[in-house]
Amino acid sequence: MTADRIRGLMMGFYVLLFFAWLFGPLIIMSASAFNTATPPTVTPWQGFTFDWFGKLFANRDIREGVGTSLLIGLGVVLVAVPIGLAAAVLMTKLRARARSVYYAIVVSPVLMPGVIIGVSTKVFWDRLGTAVGASYKSFFYDGIFLSVVGQSCFISAYCMLIFLARLQRFDRAQEEAALDLGASHVQVFFKVLLPFLRPAVLSAAVLAFLTSFENYNTTVFTILPEKTLTTVLASKVRLGTDPSISALAFLIIAITVVGAVAYEIRARSEARRLGTA
Amino acid sequence: MSADVELDRMTIRFGGFTAVKDANLRIAAGEFFSFLGPSGCGKTTILRAVSGFQSPTEGRVLIGGKDMAGVGPNRRPTALIFQNLALFPLMKVWENIAFGLEVRGVSRAERRKRADELLELIALSGQGDKLVSELSGGQKQRVAIARALAVNPEVLLLDEPLSALDLKLRQHMRTELRAIQRQVGVTFIYITHDQGEALTMSDRVAVMSAGVIQQVGSGEEVYRTPATAFVASFVGENNALRGRVERVEGGYAVVATEFGPMRGRAGPGLAAGSEGILFVRPEALEPGEAPENAFSAPVLSTEFEGHASHVHLGRAGEGKPIILSLPGGATAPAQGAPFPVRFAADAAVALPEGETAGE
Amino acid sequence: MSEARLKLPNFGGLGASIGTVFTVLTGFWILMMILLPVSYMVDFSFRFDLPPGKIGGPEDVHTLDNYRYLLFGPPGSPERLSIFGWEFQANVLHLVVFFRTILAAIFVTGLNFLICYPVTYFMAQKARGGTARLLAVCLILPFWVNEILRAFAFRILLGGGGVVNEALIGMGLISEPIDFIRADVALYMGLTYAYILLMVFPLYNALESLDRNQIEAARDLGSPSWRIHWRVVMPHAKAGIASGCTMVFMLAVGALAVPQILGGPSNLWFTQVIYDRFNTSLNWPLGAAYAFVLLVTCVVFVLLVMRLFRVDLGEIAK
Repeated sequence: MTADRIRGLMMGFYVLLFFAWLFGPLIIMSASAFNTATPPTVTPWQGFTFDWFGKLFANRDIREGVGTSLLIGLGVVLVAVPIGLAAAVLMTKLRARARSVYYAIVVSPVLMPGVIIGVSTKVFWDRLGTAVGASYKSFFYDGIFLSVVGQSCFISAYCMLIFLARLQRFDRAQEEAALDLGASHVQVFFKVLLPFLRPAVLSAAVLAFLTSFENYNTTVFTILPEKTLTTVLASKVRLGTDPSISALAFLIIAITVVGAVAYEIRARSEARRLGTA
Repeated sequence: MSADVELDRMTIRFGGFTAVKDANLRIAAGEFFSFLGPSGCGKTTILRAVSGFQSPTEGRVLIGGKDMAGVGPNRRPTALIFQNLALFPLMKVWENIAFGLEVRGVSRAERRKRADELLELIALSGQGDKLVSELSGGQKQRVAIARALAVNPEVLLLDEPLSALDLKLRQHMRTELRAIQRQVGVTFIYITHDQGEALTMSDRVAVMSAGVIQQVGSGEEVYRTPATAFVASFVGENNALRGRVERVEGGYAVVATEFGPMRGRAGPGLAAGSEGILFVRPEALEPGEAPENAFSAPVLSTEFEGHASHVHLGRAGEGKPIILSLPGGATAPAQGAPFPVRFAADAAVALPEGETAGE
Repeated sequence: MSEARLKLPNFGGLGASIGTVFTVLTGFWILMMILLPVSYMVDFSFRFDLPPGKIGGPEDVHTLDNYRYLLFGPPGSPERLSIFGWEFQANVLHLVVFFRTILAAIFVTGLNFLICYPVTYFMAQKARGGTARLLAVCLILPFWVNEILRAFAFRILLGGGGVVNEALIGMGLISEPIDFIRADVALYMGLTYAYILLMVFPLYNALESLDRNQIEAARDLGSPSWRIHWRVVMPHAKAGIASGCTMVFMLAVGALAVPQILGGPSNLWFTQVIYDRFNTSLNWPLGAAYAFVLLVTCVVFVLLVMRLFRVDLGEIAK
């Protein structure tokens, strides 16, 4: 009995330690955003300040980067969600043998390092542009276009996996029932399948946007002369640390926490509503 | 309005597997017609061919005299009720019922009106705004029927729609289905592996096995005068006595069974000198001795079931025990004792040796 | 039953319009975003580094030069590597970077597994509904903070004037700050930290489905804890372990931001070498060749995991 207790206590202590390790660096980074000391640290505490936030908002590169990142994120949502949906639905229509080959191809971007996707996208569109004699102002050499295409390569696969998971619970007889009642194939898709997939469309869109927003490995190759938030951050962090980056991190963490809490509250009330229904 | 359905020498193959072989029959307009057979016998494939989800490899499907080749399921005058019902879970009950009208571009007000009419027909008035998930099993069943009827089909196809219900509800729905069919007058084609359903509801039944239609006839016909060994063994309980056919004359045949020569009506295709099976229903066997069609076998066990008792008699070979039904009031015979039984020749039927059910 | 299976091929039929749109979308993805880019990259890696005017000209032919460069360096290079007394010309810098990257990524993967396994086991088997949910949310939170910022956090933590050094000095354990960055401690910690979630999730899904009674039964039979884990829990979580390890290895070996921020100045990650070919010492074909080598390494790793754990691709990429 006591041996079990000791084991339980050790386990609890370990889990505590784990979460301390998980959150410690983030908390210290957040705190350093309010310390006047530079380079950013919490020791010694030289004085409380909001100055770094002002410096952050005044930074043109970061503002520009956020704008570009938002634009690319939106583009990726518009490209990757429809592709993921189409690819997932097509997969369910394939015969078993074709399906395994197809699956291996479409999940490969998930297992491919982002660097390789970035390099291949950059090389491919550059060569294609050269081959068709496109001008340097055309989309072949546009950092935003290349980033959307490059990121969508693997984000489409993420979306597809979300749709596949949802489709597994879809009763195919519903499609046939609708068809049998006189619906055209287009009507079956819009009136039966799409409403069923709507929650998945939403989660795929959110995932696609967030993944795009924080992508660095692929974007750093495809972005060419443009800047995204991540490329600006990376170059800033590499050149030297600056507490205004801590300020940005604090903002992102704050937004994440608020978002997570809101999501959790919604999920709980949803669960309660369904529980009583 | 209802239409007749004709299968014209229809064969359906999947790769090397023949799911339906040379099906050839005509279902009259307004008829309640059932396909009865064990799972995998091809009856669902026939239904899918009529509804248009499956095209025949050979032969034709005709509905109302028109060849349906190249006509998709959404253009046929048929409506299918799925085994799992396939109601749309995200739509309300009335929206489910009116779906067929919605895709035909009928106005919302008119759809609602038609849905309410149908809800009345299936005794669910006022439940239109519920979600499908809020209904009971039997109610869902009726909504599926209403949804199919909403599009005014000429033929209603039902794919084992009662199999998910419990026994009580199933028996209730049988009566209800039959009543609805009489009321709307539409041709019903019903698929089932449950012979009770097929025999009680249908005007005619087609018994199927391994892709082949074995016999078409009224419930009484397939029960009393089975055309093949499969039908005899599949429809109702039956005792099979195997042996060589000694002679066939005057509509009767004598089979040399393990209990000696026994006589019964001769089924189609029975020839003297070939192997045959004499089928005797449990209720046709009665205790007692007689100059012909009598034998005796030791009692294995007796099952008391209220209205009747089933006595199992052992036989020498590895075959299934012989079963006979005694009226409920009869005293159970002693176990192990030889038990003499007899049967009338008219109550037995001799058929050529062939595939039997459940072996 | 056979009927249900045989019906499937006929289910198809999305209808001409939707079917066409879906096929075009998927086709564009597979061709223009996956297959052709990778093929072009591979093709490009077998070519010379030519100025734009000469591309497609008579000099634009295939060559093995880029791969030769990775192995032997530029022709006539004085660098030598000796293995078992056998000396030959070699591109010591890049080869060392390559193998060090792979070994370090394997080390990070193993470390990640060791750290995550007990926590995940606790979450999946010991924690009750509400607690498990809360822990899951806590796990996901840091993951939504940018990888670069997470690396930055470790820089603050482990830098010269960072909290850890200050604390160690304060406790009198050391007198001079330790350079965690030069010692690569920061890099390994940062990489391990960055991909925790990708180890925890597949592990959690696998461990959660394990029936607690199995563990009870094993304990009842007198099996010690470590044996229960080795014989009962881990075999059950096999697919989850394979998936988690693959994802973490892939991300670690392909990491770019974390090594750029936390890597010591003299120790490069292989991706940084690729990055330099494209952004600093512009030589795209050479960069493409290095990228292809990295890709092949990853494919070999996935195949190895599939063989070793006897799992299929669908179980790894979920």
